[in-house]
Amino acid sequence: MDTHMPPRQKLVVVGNGMAGMRTVDELLKRNPLKYDITVFGAEPHVNYDRIMLSSVLAGEKDLEQIVINPRSWYEENGIELIAGDAVTAIDTQARTVTSASGRVVAYDKVLLATGSRPIAPPVPGLDLPGVCAFRDIADVNTMIAASQTHKRAIVIGGGLLGLEAANGLLRRGMQVAVVHLMGTIMERQLDKAAAELLQRELDERGMNFFTNGQTEEIFGEGRVQGVRLADGREIPGDLVVLAIGIRPNIDLARAAGLAINRGIEVGDDMRTSIPDIFAVGECVEHRGKTYGLVAPLWDMAKVCADHLAREDATSDYVPAAMATRLKVTGIDVFSAGDFIGDETTEEVVFRDAARNTYKRLVLRDDRLVGAVLYGDAQDGGWYFQLLREDKPLGELRDTLIFGQAFASLAAGAPAADPTAAVAALPDEAEICGCNGVCKGKIMGAIAEHGLTTLEGVRARTKASASCGSCTPQVEQLLALSLGDSYAKPTGEKPLCKCTTHSHDQVRRAIVDQGLRTMPAVMSALGWSTPDGCHVCRPALNFYLLVAWPGEYQDDQQSRFVNERNHANIQKDGTYSVVPRMWGGLTTADELRAIADVVDKYAIPTVKVTGGQRIDLLGVTREQLPHVWKDLNDAGMVSGHAYGKALRTVKTCVGSEWCRFGTQDSTGMGVKLERMTWGSWHAHKVKLAVSGCPRNCAEATIKDFGVVAVDSGWELHVGGNGGIHVRATDLLCKVTTEDEVLEYCGAYLQLYREESRYLERTAPWIERVGLAHVKQRIVDDAAGRKALYAKFLYAQKFSQDDPWAERAPGKAAAAPFRTLATVE
Amino acid sequence: MDSVGIEGRWVEVGAMDDIPRQGARVVATPRGDVAVFRTLDDAVFAVDDRCPHKGGPLSQGTVHGHAVTCPLHNWVIDLETGEACAPDEGCVTRIPVRVQDGRILLAMVA
Ligand code: SRM
Ligand SMILES: Cc1cc2nc3c(=O)[nH]c(=O)nc-3n(C[C@H](O)[C@H](O)[C@H](O)COP(=O)(O)OP(=O)(O)OC[C@H]3O[C@@H](n4cnc5c(N)ncnc54)[C@H](O)[C@@H]3O)c2cc1C
Ligand code: SF4
Ligand code: FES
Repeated sequence: MDTHMPPRQKLVVVGNGMAGMRTVDELLKRNPLKYDITVFGAEPHVNYDRIMLSSVLAGEKDLEQIVINPRSWYEENGIELIAGDAVTAIDTQARTVTSASGRVVAYDKVLLATGSRPIAPPVPGLDLPGVCAFRDIADVNTMIAASQTHKRAIVIGGGLLGLEAANGLLRRGMQVAVVHLMGTIMERQLDKAAAELLQRELDERGMNFFTNGQTEEIFGEGRVQGVRLADGREIPGDLVVLAIGIRPNIDLARAAGLAINRGIEVGDDMRTSIPDIFAVGECVEHRGKTYGLVAPLWDMAKVCADHLAREDATSDYVPAAMATRLKVTGIDVFSAGDFIGDETTEEVVFRDAARNTYKRLVLRDDRLVGAVLYGDAQDGGWYFQLLREDKPLGELRDTLIFGQAFASLAAGAPAADPTAAVAALPDEAEICGCNGVCKGKIMGAIAEHGLTTLEGVRARTKASASCGSCTPQVEQLLALSLGDSYAKPTGEKPLCKCTTHSHDQVRRAIVDQGLRTMPAVMSALGWSTPDGCHVCRPALNFYLLVAWPGEYQDDQQSRFVNERNHANIQKDGTYSVVPRMWGGLTTADELRAIADVVDKYAIPTVKVTGGQRIDLLGVTREQLPHVWKDLNDAGMVSGHAYGKALRTVKTCVGSEWCRFGTQDSTGMGVKLERMTWGSWHAHKVKLAVSGCPRNCAEATIKDFGVVAVDSGWELHVGGNGGIHVRATDLLCKVTTEDEVLEYCGAYLQLYREESRYLERTAPWIERVGLAHVKQRIVDDAAGRKALYAKFLYAQKFSQDDPWAERAPGKAAAAPFRTLATVE
Repeated sequence: MDSVGIEGRWVEVGAMDDIPRQGARVVATPRGDVAVFRTLDDAVFAVDDRCPHKGGPLSQGTVHGHAVTCPLHNWVIDLETGEACAPDEGCVTRIPVRVQDGRILLAMVA
């Protein structure tokens, strides 16, 4: 250990919410060793995505899905989490904090991230059972429980939060009334016109609006029974949700003697009036402003982490314009910046009554300063970007209102390319407002981690993982990076009856979510059966084997009988045994040993197969390990004639003997078979090498066929015999044997990674396209080498002879024995 | 399932640990091979090792839930009832089975 390491300082974080934990996350990125960190959270939970409480209420997500930092994150980073215990005092002299349970912890630095609390209206009845706010998990649980036993809900407050609460309760089958103080709803985010459109739409969905309604009393006996408004209107209800606003949570800071106004006052460096105490999030007041959306919190977190990590940091928090969207499925509402305007602004308004859309842009000095979109908010990100850039619009002004696609068209950009819009955005353009993720970061993650799916981007960058309204843009970025190979989730068929997920979705989830066992896959993807069925289990076993070579423990019980018993089952329940003959070569000793085995076990049929080797048919289950042992003793191993695996490498005699042969096709075949034997695939895989274009080894109906020519080797892919014969496509030509091996290994690995279980190479290539395979294997040399390396790595773990492992007397031989004989 | 009838007897055939979870072993008996299954949740079932379809060895099938898929043509047999699941029709004879102190006992008719 380095004895010169400075002793760690103690950081105490008060508030286990979005801003606090993002700051810790940023701090760990900058300096993971500087602090011993203790986090106090008043809520008895790990840090979760508060924004998504709306989706939980609406039944679109469950609580597990909104966890941001699971317990393992705290553990892995050595963070002590004290959840369910609020901090009640900070002693700035003794430099300790004290919690409700009496715990006292000394600190060098404190980070306050106490968020805000819902404002309660000054009316009687707030304590009645059935009255709650909409702020945390406990509130959501209260609402869900009420929706199961009661019918009528009243939401007080027609802002963003109130409407999301009302929508959720409506979706849970309640009748919902919304009481709003103002004449129009969401007046802080929408202008009158958009608000009226929204109100009409929500009204049609079943919300009852009481605008200009001032609540005077919440009444009820034993439980809430309704609210009374100042104008005498009375609304009956068994659940009342308060959503009239929030107020920074400052009691603790005030008691500790920190400077406060509406929130805890902080400087541009996020320090409070006491230099060792920092504050971030909704609890702060910065240059006279408080905040109620997450986007600014991410910027605060970065600046605060800078200063926590280094005493000499110089970064400053600079407030930026903000945008909001309403998270009500099926309703597109967006607003940003100063959308009301004043005498110094002009506005451009566009209304399409037929399509029920409305847009209003506010301009000042030829710059965009605000936007409201209703009905079609696709261009929200683009307007928001223009707004943050704060540049003169110039010619753009004329077409601005028609959106980005039209504006770029007018500017001469290629037409009708849906990705043109995102392509035009600069790297700093913010795509995901909820998580503060910009275009550059998403593109970087796609390139660096080879992401191909929305889920992948979500897992790596958090973009589109919260409210989801930026999903179209993220998908366009994927399309932009991956071109045609980005397959938007289609209505592909479920893998089997146990799941709604398709093969591709399951494969992606295994990799993206790091699922390493079959039970993990089934539980993460919500399998409807406890242990799957004969359709999904072999597929999952294969996918896991490919994803985690050397790590995943092959599950024998999930393999089809032939692969479990390493022999082909026959119609009478006996088996056939096919030893490997490398490249179709054999010797007198091998043949003698085979003959001896046939005699010893009275094997009824011996046949030369179409794959250039010998089949012993009619071996009983109990005989198998013994037959194998004798063959093993003569140097032979399993031929995998039974597996979704590498079967045979057929060869012709080639230049060694044949008068037409141009290369040593037999030797090449043996090398290929030595490299590929034992590999598992989505279907059987057959190779062949012919010594000249006469093609006696039938290489052009093989999964990978090699045809020797004077100047080298032609590589052919995607052929098979069978019911639907398919001749191969020419992949490319190479010169050396090493290249043949490299291209073959890379190609098989690509197939292993992209195929759907039981899809042979021919249908796979028809699905993904030959161009794609060429691009990955021929054009992209580095990619090919990487695939080849992956193949060879996986082979390290698959080239054990399954017969040897099941020799008589070994544990793995037990299943072949009859358990007992009852007379 | 505990009473075997007057002429029945319980015969110990092996230990629970002899059968892998989601697997089966074969017991040779005068009535022919019997397949003894152990499911993921450690329930134990025994049926004749002959598929009602074309006699496939059910013991070599894939065990999932309380069912087995025959290795020959994928009929799915419900081990609790012995019946083939729709759309297939057929039934396999169940043998009473019981587990005592980790030992498996089959009911054999004398
Ligand atoms: C033994 C053998 C026939 C023979 O006596 O020659 C054979 C036997 C079977 N073939 Fe074959 N095929 C045999 C060579 C072939 C060939 C010739 C070749 O490889 O050059 C073909 C055409 C080439 C091809 O695969 O494209 C061939 C195309 C098939 C097909 C159709 C494949 C397709 O993609 O459409 C099936 C069905 C399947 O796999 O789903 C099949 C399936 C089978 C199965 C596994 C049927 C089954 O599920 O029980 C047979 C197993 C018999 C057993 O118990 O051993 N067999 N089969 C050959 C074994 C070769 C070996 O040494 O491993
Ligand atoms: C239903 C809902 C929907 C929302 N939707 C959006 C949206 O779509 N877009 C958007 O930008 N924003 C949205 N928001 C707002 C966003 O969630 C907040 O801006 C953000 O959570 C604030 O983060 P914070 O860390 O400051 O506070 P919080 O996330 O509230 O975290 C503060 C934590 O500190 C704890 N705490 C307080 N006092 C103490 C103490 N003394 N000791 C220990 N712990 C304490 C609290 O219990 C809380 O867990 C939404 C909010 C809600 C409730
Ligand atoms: S393919 Fe060519 S080399 Fe091979 S046997 Fe036929 S003729 Fe000879
Ligand atoms: S013999 Fe069992 S399904 Fe055909």
